Amino acid sequence: MAESVLKEIIPPVTEVQRQSLWRRAWEAVQLPALALFTAFVVGGFIIALSDFKVLEALADTVSRLNPIGYALLILTAVVLIGGVAISRKPEIILSRLGFAATGRQSRWFNIIAVVLTIAAVIGLLVIIGFGHVLELAWNAVISAYGALLEGSLGNPAQMIAALQSGDSRAIALAFYPISESLVASTPYIFAGLAVALGFRCGLFNIGAEGQLFIGALTSVFVGYSLTGLPAIVHIPLALGAGALGGALWGFVPGFLKARVGAHEVINTIMMNYIAFRLSEWLLNGPMKRPGAVPVSPFIAESAQLPRFFPDPIRFHLGFFIALGMAVFVWWFLFKSRWGFEIRTVGANPNAARYAGMNIAFNIILAMCMSGALAGMAGANEVLGVNYNLANAFSSGYGFDSIALALLGRSHPFGVVLAALLFGTLRSGGTRMQNVAQIPIDIIIVVQALVIAFMAAPGIIRAIYRIVKPREGEVVFTRGWGR
Amino acid sequence: MAPVLELRNITKHFPGVLANDRISFTLEQNEIHALLGENGAGKSTLMNILYGLYQPDEGEIIVRGRPVKIHSPSDAIRAGIGMVHQHFMLVPVLTVTENVMLGDEMLTGGVFLDRRSAAQRIRDISKQYGLEVDPDAYIKDLPVGVQQRVEIIKLLFRNADILILDEPTAVLTPQEVNDLFKVIRSLVDQGKSLIFITHKLKEVLATADRITVLRAGRVVGSTTPAQTTEAALAAMMVGREVALEVEKAEAKPGDVVLSLEHLEVLDDRLNVAVDDVTLDVRAGEIMGVAGVQGNGQTELVEVITGLRRPVSGRVRILGHDVTGATPRRITELGVAHVPEDRQRDGLVLSYPVADNIALQEYYKPPFARGVVIDEQAIEKEAARLVQQFDVRTPSVQTPAGSLSGGNQQKVIVARELSRPIKLLVASQPTRGLDVGSIEYIHKQIVRKRDEGAAVLLVSPELDEILALSDRIAVMYRGRVVAIVDADVATKEYLGLLMAGADPATTPVPERRHKRAEVVT
Repeated sequence: MAESVLKEIIPPVTEVQRQSLWRRAWEAVQLPALALFTAFVVGGFIIALSDFKVLEALADTVSRLNPIGYALLILTAVVLIGGVAISRKPEIILSRLGFAATGRQSRWFNIIAVVLTIAAVIGLLVIIGFGHVLELAWNAVISAYGALLEGSLGNPAQMIAALQSGDSRAIALAFYPISESLVASTPYIFAGLAVALGFRCGLFNIGAEGQLFIGALTSVFVGYSLTGLPAIVHIPLALGAGALGGALWGFVPGFLKARVGAHEVINTIMMNYIAFRLSEWLLNGPMKRPGAVPVSPFIAESAQLPRFFPDPIRFHLGFFIALGMAVFVWWFLFKSRWGFEIRTVGANPNAARYAGMNIAFNIILAMCMSGALAGMAGANEVLGVNYNLANAFSSGYGFDSIALALLGRSHPFGVVLAALLFGTLRSGGTRMQNVAQIPIDIIIVVQALVIAFMAAPGIIRAIYRIVKPREGEVVFTRGWGR
Repeated sequence: MAPVLELRNITKHFPGVLANDRISFTLEQNEIHALLGENGAGKSTLMNILYGLYQPDEGEIIVRGRPVKIHSPSDAIRAGIGMVHQHFMLVPVLTVTENVMLGDEMLTGGVFLDRRSAAQRIRDISKQYGLEVDPDAYIKDLPVGVQQRVEIIKLLFRNADILILDEPTAVLTPQEVNDLFKVIRSLVDQGKSLIFITHKLKEVLATADRITVLRAGRVVGSTTPAQTTEAALAAMMVGREVALEVEKAEAKPGDVVLSLEHLEVLDDRLNVAVDDVTLDVRAGEIMGVAGVQGNGQTELVEVITGLRRPVSGRVRILGHDVTGATPRRITELGVAHVPEDRQRDGLVLSYPVADNIALQEYYKPPFARGVVIDEQAIEKEAARLVQQFDVRTPSVQTPAGSLSGGNQQKVIVARELSRPIKLLVASQPTRGLDVGSIEYIHKQIVRKRDEGAAVLLVSPELDEILALSDRIAVMYRGRVVAIVDADVATKEYLGLLMAGADPATTPVPERRHKRAEVVT
């Protein structure tokens, strides 16, 4: 009898519970998506409050407030605080009202409370006379984000018109923004994969930037010093040289960590400085092109990654290589036994040791692969975009990729999505700066907010009242010195 | 008189599981009420509801005749309910007084900690209830039994009069258990009421006034020690007859499988943990290693399984010198290892059950073809073992970390015992498990022995050692002070040796078959 009771309560174990694909996909992306949304909302406030026209109008309105206005302002604050309080604890309010609150009801109640609060606050502000300020602020935000969108994805009307006209130059111009976004995304994919792979092994590879520089150096060297090779040989050779250079730069901190327990965060930072100064020295000395500027010679045409469209569209083969690497990293991490070892070492090194895995080897392997991927990001820029190497050419791809790997939850496909987003923001930010006079730094602020929200998912869960999943979250890295 | 505490029709759902199904439970004044049940029977859920960590879906809690809502542990404390958790919540680098004050600080002038009054109060409490504790001692210097007393004092300091003890004897030596029972008695004699959660039948019969048995989220019955027996309680808990004695035939020892020669091992702080240990374990026998925790057993096991290098001495397995060999090489010789700390060493908690099943053999067929992991083969094997070893999990894709402790242990045992092995090194293989699971795992260990495997069984539970072992090595301060035939070993005798009594002068219990072989 007891067994039949148990059967009732506990489902048979052989039947694997499979949630629908959509549901799982949503659960995977909901936190990053909400983090991103929240970051843009906060970014919007920053845009509005840093706009001089908005600030002037605000000061003007405040100076003309009468006592009734002040009273209403206080009322607004009360409404705001009250609304927030109600939406925080809807169960309590509902039970006071005599309802038996379940999760679902209180969720709807919560949404209604938030909407009503926002509406009431805006309404009151308009009554007091802040309508003009709000309008200006809204316009500032819309024009900034509009320019961001247009600069990164292009203008749909222009695209359609260009396609109808059939003029190849117009088409190229219309699609130029989106192609530039993809070009900017490519190094992000490589570098993001690098950091994500490190995370999976419990390693915090801050050194992607340095590895990227070394990869660029080695690949540009192979690119210009070898001549007379067919492209089919030269391109893989130059790309491979970039991977090798990055791998070497990752190997050093990996080896130090595995052998003497030196923390990889410290050593990868130090290796970054060595890489920056090394590239400066090489570009001013042995690798300098004749002339005044510290730039390397151009690579041979046979080493250039092929582009698919005529100038100015720079979209090149590197993008597809990056996607291929994402698939490879996914296979390596989740389908191969090497990846199983690396993930086990990352998730529980004690259990890895117990199961006979070689922890030192896996740490070194992970750092080398991470370095190789970062090196390919550098090689990609040199072989696909610049065709030479200048000082400080990367402008932070390696550092951004840490945020990106977090946003992509250290999953190769998540990294690709996050890289596309970051590439889009980066290339769109330039246009936002030109058109809306909003400094590109706002993009950096948004990125920083995204990182903060991803690093502290509790904030997002608290804001949107998401229940913490029962299943363990991915452990990115272990704590300091452990 | 109204009961001190009453739970009425408490029901709690978790996704896919009905953890508590209309549970009613009363606790009378001055009563020790034992709550008995297997892992996953709903004891912990019920107590967490009472302690404010979960909210019940239905039902009510009535304290001294007044219905109360408990939303947090501080609500529970205010209602006079206190809980000693299985894992202590103490700060090792603070003193007893500081730990007791933590969260309920007495202040002088509103700013300064009033350590002196607090210490005096602790002295008063310890005198009143016979809880000997030095208020100025640092927690890290205290033995586990005393740390537990500090936890109890913490509750009394906050004026709790309904005390919940969650598996309080799991971490104690037999002597400490006796002391604890005296304390419990003195608590109820002086007006406290106590809920005692356990799955150890002997303890229940020895201490409880009333016993309530839970199974699969429901109350299956209430009884008193006078009206019941161990076997009857076990049957209530598990829902069928349980063999409490392990049935096993006479051992037929074969060749030496594991041979330790003059092993000396240091612990992490570089103190000598294992001191000149020489030991042979033969095929077809179970060698029990008895000893209070922390007398070198952990390090001994780590050296045998390749997780630690000895300073000197030799380890031989099946004639191969494996001193300082890698865990992988030792595993490949046919050694299985059930580690002492399952969450630290034995499992990757974020991995699904299936991957944990494959943890030792992921790199070879059928789990891997070349370098590619065969997920289907792993899933199939995991499903088979989960069925065979009765692991209660929603699916083989459930993360191991979301299983209960007992089921986590079963995953490890399933993985280790399902391989063809020559030597089994089992450290506390049934720690925290319920009667049904213990019976099953004990049977499996005996079966491995009968199939010709050598077994080294390390356990601080004397009942377990006595039930399974053919020979027993007693460890004290890193040395094997005696190797005793199971036939002559009694709990009292082993307890004395474990506490450091001189084997040469300790009277050997009455011989049942053979002479005790005493090694010094």
